[in-house]
Amino acid sequence: MTTYVLYFLLVLVGIGVGANKNTLQMLKSVNFKILLIPLSVIIGTFLGTGIYSLLDPNMTLRECWAVGAGFGYYSLSSVIIKEMAGESLGVIALLSNIIREIFTLVFAPLIARIFGKLAPISSGGATAMDTTLPIITRYSGTEYVAFSVFSGLALTLLVPLIVPLVL
Amino acid sequence: MSFSVIAILLLLAGVTAGYLLRSFKGFIKISAKLTDASIFLLLFFLGVSVGMNDSVIKNFEKIGFQAISVTLLALLGSLVVTALLSRFILKNRSKRN
Repeated sequence: MTTYVLYFLLVLVGIGVGANKNTLQMLKSVNFKILLIPLSVIIGTFLGTGIYSLLDPNMTLRECWAVGAGFGYYSLSSVIIKEMAGESLGVIALLSNIIREIFTLVFAPLIARIFGKLAPISSGGATAMDTTLPIITRYSGTEYVAFSVFSGLALTLLVPLIVPLVL
Repeated sequence: MSFSVIAILLLLAGVTAGYLLRSFKGFIKISAKLTDASIFLLLFFLGVSVGMNDSVIKNFEKIGFQAISVTLLALLGSLVVTALLSRFILKNRSKRN
C-alpha cells in the first residue's frame, strides 16, 4: 500500500517540477558549470558519510550513503529507505535529513561566512529549492537564487534514483 | 523492474504531465495539495511501523546519535567540497570580503 502511495508521490514530484514556470526559465539560461554545485554536494556528502561508516561498526557504507543521499529530503528518503532496508535505517534517515534542513535554517549565516556564499546552498541540499531558499536568499544574496533552485531541484530528482542504487 | 527504473519513469511522466498541464487553472494548486497529503500519509505510515517495531523504540538513543553524527559528517563533507569548488574552480572571491 505504501509503495503505491510512494509511486503516486513520485509522479506528483515530477508534476511539481514540470509545471513550475521558474524551472523552465532557468533551464533556458543554463551554464554547464552550474551542474558542479549539486555535484559537489553529492561528492561531499558521500565523502563525509563514507568517513562515518569507517567510524561506526554498526552502519555499512551503503547504509550511510543511503541516509546521506536524502540530501535533506526527509519525507521521500525515509520512506524509500524504510521500504528497502527496514524501520531502523528509515528512522535514522528521517532524523538525519530533518537535522540537515534545520541545521541549514539555523546556521546559514555562520556557514556562509566560514565556507563561502555557496555553503548554505550546499548544506540545504534538496531543500535549497523550497524550504531553505528564503534563508539562502537572505544570507547568500538574491544573486544566488537561481543556483539554489537549480541545485535543490537536481538533488530532489536524484534522491529517488540514488537511494535505491546504493542500498 | 527495479525501483530506480520505476522511479525514473514516474518522475518523467510527472514532469511531462506537469509541463503539458501547467496552464490549467487550479492544476498546480491541486497537485501541491495532493503532494502534501501524500507526504503526510507516508510519514504517518512510517510512524506507525516504527511504533510497532520494538527494536527501534529500544534503540532510539543509539539511532538518534547515529543520525546526528551521519548528518554532521555529511554536512562537513558537502561544505568543504563546495567551498573548494567555489574557491578553485568557480573562483568565487566573495569569501575574501
